[in-house]
Amino acid sequence: MTALIHLTGVQKYYGDYHALRGIDLEIRKGEFFSLLGPSGCGKTTLLRTIAGFETVSSGTLMIDGKDMKGVPANLRPTNMVFQSYAIFPHLSVGENVGFGLRKYPMTKDEKARAVGEALEMVGLGGYGARAAHALSGGQRQRVALARALILKPKVLLLDEPLSALDKKMREQMQVELIKLQRQVGITFILVTHDQEEALVMSDRIAVMFEGEIGQLADPETLYRRPNSRRVAEFIGKMNFLPGEVTKLGERITVEVPGLGTSEIGKEQAPGGAKLGRSLIGVRPETLAIQFEGEATDRRVADATVDEVVYYGDMTYYDVRIAGIEKPLTISMKNLIGRPVLDVGTRTRVIWDERSLVVLAR
Amino acid sequence: MAWGSNLDSDARRGLMLVSPPLVYAVLLLALPLAAIVLFSFWSQDFVTVNTTFTLNNYQRIWNEPIYGLLLQRSLFVSGAVTLVTVVLAFPVAYYISFHVDPKRKSLWLFLITIPFWTSYLIRVFLWKVILGYNGVINSGLLSAGVIDEPLTFILYNINAVIITLAHAFAPFAVLPIFVALEKIDRSLLEASQDLGEGKVMTFFRVTLPQAMPGVAAALVIVSIPTVGDYVTPELMGGAGGKLIANMIQTQFLQLNNAPLGAAIALVAMAAVVTAILVIYAQGKLLIAVYSELNGTRPVFDIFILCVTMLFLQVLVAAALLRTLGGTLGSGVAFFVGLVLYSIAILLLLKNRRR
Repeated sequence: MTALIHLTGVQKYYGDYHALRGIDLEIRKGEFFSLLGPSGCGKTTLLRTIAGFETVSSGTLMIDGKDMKGVPANLRPTNMVFQSYAIFPHLSVGENVGFGLRKYPMTKDEKARAVGEALEMVGLGGYGARAAHALSGGQRQRVALARALILKPKVLLLDEPLSALDKKMREQMQVELIKLQRQVGITFILVTHDQEEALVMSDRIAVMFEGEIGQLADPETLYRRPNSRRVAEFIGKMNFLPGEVTKLGERITVEVPGLGTSEIGKEQAPGGAKLGRSLIGVRPETLAIQFEGEATDRRVADATVDEVVYYGDMTYYDVRIAGIEKPLTISMKNLIGRPVLDVGTRTRVIWDERSLVVLAR
Repeated sequence: MAWGSNLDSDARRGLMLVSPPLVYAVLLLALPLAAIVLFSFWSQDFVTVNTTFTLNNYQRIWNEPIYGLLLQRSLFVSGAVTLVTVVLAFPVAYYISFHVDPKRKSLWLFLITIPFWTSYLIRVFLWKVILGYNGVINSGLLSAGVIDEPLTFILYNINAVIITLAHAFAPFAVLPIFVALEKIDRSLLEASQDLGEGKVMTFFRVTLPQAMPGVAAALVIVSIPTVGDYVTPELMGGAGGKLIANMIQTQFLQLNNAPLGAAIALVAMAAVVTAILVIYAQGKLLIAVYSELNGTRPVFDIFILCVTMLFLQVLVAAALLRTLGGTLGSGVAFFVGLVLYSIAILLLLKNRRR
């Protein structure tokens, strides 16, 4: 796959405020790329920079081999689905979708057909004559999608497109967006603050903090091997333990108070490991409570249940292990025959050294 | 059971709240209007009013050219003032809404209302000082050597009336247009650019259509009071710049013919209502043409078409006026012509759509 969008050293200042601090990024042709981060991290600024609504203060932005410096938004091969959808209230659904076709050398009938096909594609066939202001949130979003896709852009930019929808609708649209992206083969760039949404939909994710990219990886790597505490904190739940790296080499030796000494592979320190004190991360679902009668060949540690949160399909336990200052969170599936333990119960925690991650400080 | 006991408490409270202004409005608007209607069917017998029913007043207005002429002049002045005011107010409203720092917007709006700090009469007099034979403009242009003798076409005629009224009503046009522009979601402008339109086309395809409710409000707010304005034509109009309101005043107070004055007032009112209806229909017509073509043809085409249509309408109206002379009948014919013309265009469009 070749790079379609190429950013080199992109900086953006708003007066004194440094919104983008040197972004280097390659986005490939045909991929579903996500910019993920907390609000104010610069992800929307970056998207608007690609769209042409913001100018870069320094650095270069290339789309499809062309430098975009001085190219206004209306001349870029990008189209955007706005967070508010920005549906024109004075036009009908069909007129909204056909808005960008004015300059295209097509007859009126061809345009009408194109509009009909675009509406069909997003599941709104036959809605063309409706007034745009009478649509529901999900329908507005579909119109916004059809309006952008009808122009066959090289890149489709999506600015938090699902944040205004309720949970059920959001999950449904996530699946539809993925299908649509595979169908049209256009590069999608999604901005979101919802880590789950990014994990579900993307081929690759760039996690941004304070105008910088913290980590760029595929969803699995990002979840299993976060390179820093802030990435690990932002994506999913993570237990943080103070530890010490005692030996570096082909394999890394770490010592974690309460869990003992472990030897782990280099890939378990994606941010790089240094000798001395460091931070170790463990995901709650990689730990387990050892219930009565369950056997294991993994490592175990004695623990006391400190807190129980029952979720129906899951139970979250906070357990204390001697030698570890903070309680560890463990998530357990509520399988048949598994009791929900009471607070104060003495139990054993099963863990595995393959699930440890050494985080850059 | 007491009266109103079948109403629920909300409705009763609503009625109670609305009744004082309702009584006030009935006493001060509906009653005088009814009196005027009654008067217009009576006649004046030297010092007493003859209360036998007669259509004599209306026949005089229909047959004597002076009334039709004055009415036409009033409508023309009102139309011109409205056009000038709205066309000049739009850029001001646009600038405040789109280019003024949000924190300063209320200051700007406040500045726009400054002319209201002095009385209307004083503002009219000030325009006399500016436009007069030895006024600011004339002495300025003379000393600059642009003209050799003072300009006379700027005071005591229709031009002076239009200039003064346009200034007086400017804030009334700026405010509704400003409100309409403020309501436009700014992301719509970005969406238009994103979909390939430049700034100019974005204005014509997104900003202007959405500002139309404000423009329409400005048109109505400016045009209705200017038709019946009395002070400005009296002071600025000279002999040739008198309007229908001055005639009504003359009938009531100087010629002591209240019934005829009342009839003129009612005819003027009917003319205003008709004019508004015609303008409304024309607006609908333009919108119909616009939406018929929007997105399917270059906007430039649409623009040319709309301008051509307006031009044709003015041409038809002018031709009608010339052939029919200055009677009220010609005014009626003028409106009928416009209405027929509008219907023709609508029918044509309908056929095209099929």
